[in-house]
Amino acid sequence: MRPALSVILFTTLAGAGQGLFLALCVVETGALLGLLPPQDGARFFSAGTALALVLLGAGLVASMFHLGRPERAWRAVAMWRTSWLSREVIVLPAFMAAVSAYGAAHWLESGGTLVLGALGVTLCLLLFVCTGMIYACIKFLQEWATPLTVVNYILLGCASGFTLAAAFSGFAGGGAWPSLAVMAFALTVAACLTRVAALARNARLRPKSSLQTAIGVSHPKVVQKSQGFTGGSFNTREFFHGGTRAQVRFVKWAFLILAFPLPAALLTASLAYNLPAFLVAAFGVQYAGLLAERWFFFAEANHPQNLYYQAIS
Amino acid sequence: MKQLALVIDLNVCVGCHACVTSCKEWNTSGAAGALSDENPYDRDPSGCFFNRVQTYEAGEFPATETVHFPKSCLHCEDPPCVPVCPTGASYKRAEDGIVLVDYDKCIGCKYCAWACPYGAREIDEHQQVMKKCTLCVDRVYDQKLPEAERKPACVLACPTNARLFGDIHDPESEVSRAIRERGGYTLMPEWGTRPANHYLPRRRGRDTK
Repeated sequence: MRPALSVILFTTLAGAGQGLFLALCVVETGALLGLLPPQDGARFFSAGTALALVLLGAGLVASMFHLGRPERAWRAVAMWRTSWLSREVIVLPAFMAAVSAYGAAHWLESGGTLVLGALGVTLCLLLFVCTGMIYACIKFLQEWATPLTVVNYILLGCASGFTLAAAFSGFAGGGAWPSLAVMAFALTVAACLTRVAALARNARLRPKSSLQTAIGVSHPKVVQKSQGFTGGSFNTREFFHGGTRAQVRFVKWAFLILAFPLPAALLTASLAYNLPAFLVAAFGVQYAGLLAERWFFFAEANHPQNLYYQAIS
Repeated sequence: MKQLALVIDLNVCVGCHACVTSCKEWNTSGAAGALSDENPYDRDPSGCFFNRVQTYEAGEFPATETVHFPKSCLHCEDPPCVPVCPTGASYKRAEDGIVLVDYDKCIGCKYCAWACPYGAREIDEHQQVMKKCTLCVDRVYDQKLPEAERKPACVLACPTNARLFGDIHDPESEVSRAIRERGGYTLMPEWGTRPANHYLPRRRGRDTK
């Protein structure tokens, strides 16, 4: 598939924003249970919520660039009974509203933050599931049609969000950053394991469709002589990443290094040297790694329609 | 329940592309607006088409056969492009099984194209909505046309009569008989989409002597 920049930005930005919000809720719950230092409401939670909303808003804006007719985007709420994309379109603004209410409740010290937090966490997890299922539900995109797709969207978003939360906490003060850095480390390790599991699964995939099933000719040797036109078309552009094998392999190794071991090392360094500045670098590196990861996620998916577009003439 | 469909005879398709050009001509002239092209007379021409004729070669030289293969939307009985559409623009008509796009509701998210294993859908780069074969829904019911012409443009254009059109749920229709008697098959049956369009396989040996 062709990796669309709009979708790469949307899924990575929203994922980090969702993870950041979950981290804020974990800090609030941890403080209540006496496991984490209590935070100043307005300074920590409201500012953190604002940062999460900036990420979610930027993701929302990026997603609009994926639409040919963004002015009609409101119509996308219609088919929530059957379409995961429609469900995502409903859950995203609902989640943003819950996040806003959570931040406002902390800012105004109006109470009810735990209830709003619980609502936000529910919508946040639903949003992860919707985003993952958009890809996982297309059964003939075999690289995506696995529960690992949903698991990876959740864990990759959480890893980057908790890393960002640790960096934010380091500057906002309140003393929660070392605990958040440990959690970000654990999530980064977990995300690495499930992402590598998906890579290993996909490396062993055998395509169900072949040129024989595509055109219904059973002879073992069938080759395309002409796709029917000499120029390009939507079919030759939308379903191919346009890179070379070497480029795809380079991006894979880039994300495997940038998204997991490098940020894990920087998180460890921040704890070892007691220096939160490392956390900013950890988030920057991890986010860049996730951009590469998302590019590869699309590039790796081999659409069966490509069987029909193997030879120009 | 009626299910309109095309049945394409691979024995007689000669790969002349008359169905491609007649499809483009009819569908670029209708009430829904042009089927737009990019740089049609320049370098890298590109455009939106509902129907293409592709060419394949089966076998090992010198025992090879050239297969001309017309390809358009198959109007699946279980179309994977329909449930994924977030707006309901993509739908399957209950009355005749034609899968259509409501161009006024489509937001151009391309999700339906991802969800079609056959690559039957193309975005119109100017209108920025998804388009696909309509089985000439604006011809086949037109009472102003003589009855013999109430068929898709591609069917009328085919000089070898390789394209049959009709209701595959009516066991006595021409298309049902052709499927039944000549081993009509569907494309990529492994995905359970149950395409309505069928193809008639090459017969072994030569018919003419």
